[in-house]
Amino acid sequence: MKINKIILSFISALALLLSTSVTSFAKVVGDKIILGSAISLTGKYSSNGVHTQNGYNMAVDRINSMGGVKVGGKTYKFEIIYYDDESNPKRAAQLAERLISQDGVEFMLGPYSSGLTKAIAPVTEKYGVPMVEANGASRSLFTKGYKYLFAVLAPANLYLDVAIDLAVEKNGGKPVKIAQAFEQDAFSQDVRLGILEAAERTGSKIIIDDKLPKELNDMAATLAKVKAVKPDVLVVSGHTKGALTAIRQIAEMKVDVPMLAMTHCDAAKLSKQHGKNSEYALCASQWHKTLSYKDKFFGNGMKYAADFEKEFKYDPPYQAAESSAALLVFKDAFERANSFDKKKVRDALAATNMQTFYGNIKFAEGGQNVDKPMVLFQVMCNADGSKCENKVVAPTKWASAKLIHPIPSWSER
Amino acid sequence: MDFLIFQVPMLTLQATLDGVLLGILFALIAYGMALQWGVMNIINIAQGDLVILGGYIAYFMYLWGIHPAWGVIVSPFIMYFVGVGIYKLVINKVVDRDLFISILATFGISILFMQLMNFAFGADVVLANSGYGTTMLFDNSVTLPNSKIFSAFISIIFAIGLVIYMKKSKLGRAIRATAQNARAAKILGVDTEKVYAATFGINAALCGVAGALISITFTIHPYMGLPYTIRSFMIVIVAGLGNLPGVAMSGMGLGVFEEFADYILGTEFRIGSVFLLLVLILVYRRFKLSRKREYLK
Repeated sequence: MKINKIILSFISALALLLSTSVTSFAKVVGDKIILGSAISLTGKYSSNGVHTQNGYNMAVDRINSMGGVKVGGKTYKFEIIYYDDESNPKRAAQLAERLISQDGVEFMLGPYSSGLTKAIAPVTEKYGVPMVEANGASRSLFTKGYKYLFAVLAPANLYLDVAIDLAVEKNGGKPVKIAQAFEQDAFSQDVRLGILEAAERTGSKIIIDDKLPKELNDMAATLAKVKAVKPDVLVVSGHTKGALTAIRQIAEMKVDVPMLAMTHCDAAKLSKQHGKNSEYALCASQWHKTLSYKDKFFGNGMKYAADFEKEFKYDPPYQAAESSAALLVFKDAFERANSFDKKKVRDALAATNMQTFYGNIKFAEGGQNVDKPMVLFQVMCNADGSKCENKVVAPTKWASAKLIHPIPSWSER
Repeated sequence: MDFLIFQVPMLTLQATLDGVLLGILFALIAYGMALQWGVMNIINIAQGDLVILGGYIAYFMYLWGIHPAWGVIVSPFIMYFVGVGIYKLVINKVVDRDLFISILATFGISILFMQLMNFAFGADVVLANSGYGTTMLFDNSVTLPNSKIFSAFISIIFAIGLVIYMKKSKLGRAIRATAQNARAAKILGVDTEKVYAATFGINAALCGVAGALISITFTIHPYMGLPYTIRSFMIVIVAGLGNLPGVAMSGMGLGVFEEFADYILGTEFRIGSVFLLLVLILVYRRFKLSRKREYLK
């Protein structure tokens, strides 16, 4: 019975906490612009959700401390109301509804992941609330004709098609044989579409096309097939678990492929978990700190990374950088609109054309950012594998190292 | 459909060996489930979550610079007490109740564990590196990660150890007596409450061993427990409760089935085919799932 009492008091304490935090906000209170965001602080996306939140917070602090947002001759400061969406799309949609209709939020920041953004977008669209999101790359978000959705990142189908072009280039311009394995979720399937298009464009052939389950932790079968048919490129996309599993099993099974291209290598901290085994993997990334984009708030990528590390004690993954960029976009749009009218802000957002430390930002009709190419980096390690680094190898304009191709075979490594 | 596997004989061998090694590991988890199912008539939905928790113990040892293989010693110790703790808090209240109640209770424990692990360890996918290397056969055309071989070997040792323990030790005899007839055992002076707690603890300890092995062979993640529950449930259903060689055989069978399904139908149907098989077996057995407590050999 004692336990019941403890549980009961815990629940009532929680209820009390929640009820006090639900005070009524409006879009702009005094000198504050209130933004709302449902974010995954618990559940399966919680680590990336926290990166997103840290990115948002970092930008809010920076913009506020550097003069805030000037609208109609008055200076405003950003503030964000967060709710935990538990990594659950239904919950995220409910929270968006609540942010808008109960808390009176009129400007939204996106959640983490394509799935959750998909759940929220219809709600913000219904209320005509502009949403700048930084973590939903699925192409399907940008083909629905949403008018109030803006994404600072490049769509998912552009993640890895660069790798196919690169492989073709290395093959003397001749088509290549592609083996691919993708998780069955919106994001990875979009990455797959990008590969299909790239294959068609270059005349390349897809010889293995596996789909990976959500509970993926063993892809030995796919890799054994890869070993048997010897493709020129192996493409894997299955979030962090896909990247980690692939690297582990490729090393264990001594699978030799000339090129290995993946997504989610940054967040996977591949090289930290696998050391030298992860060497030579190509990773698609929205951003890398060595890129030379600039803005007046964060300076450049290296400065952003240093400041982020100082505040949050870890190297910023691109999820954090793009989230920070979302705030810069909002600030810019408010100042150009010179108004808090949702429609005017929306139009100002649509006309965005700016450079941030994260990259150039210019929105297409569908809301995706078309002015920022994806970068590919290759994991490169020192001789004993104690220190591995991500070096940008493509596109050539941003490259800080030369691509190592083909990957040396396991017998030579 | 993809029949590459039959065109390349080495792939068939690869799949079979992978399946057998995997199956032995499944069988260990299933053995724990069979044990407490047989003794306490409880289907433990949280089985897979106990496995994952055991995996995290090995993972943390790895982070602290201890070789994760020691996890197979440390993890069961800790997990034993976790198991006894769960028994004292929850399971003892449902042990004599309807099977349905126990499923609900353990389902609740499962959700709680998932969320707690997510809260405590984060949602990142993690793994522990054993650095064991690879055994290559037939000129590198069949590869067996040594970590998988190690896992199978350790699983067999623990399973044999447990069988001997159940046969020879006082507690083992008490557990078997309770499984046969709890009331009679009680009358004859067996403290069934203690026996139940120990049984649940032993089951959790086995999960701990399996978890440690999984952390060095595959990956672990707070939400990855359910497939392990389903697999062990299936193995137990196929083998029956009191049938250890049956558990081992059906474990290996399931492992091989999964690998072949993976090759032929595609990886996306791997877990799906396990579920399908479960349904087929349940239908085949016409739901004649014995609800009486069976004697555990």
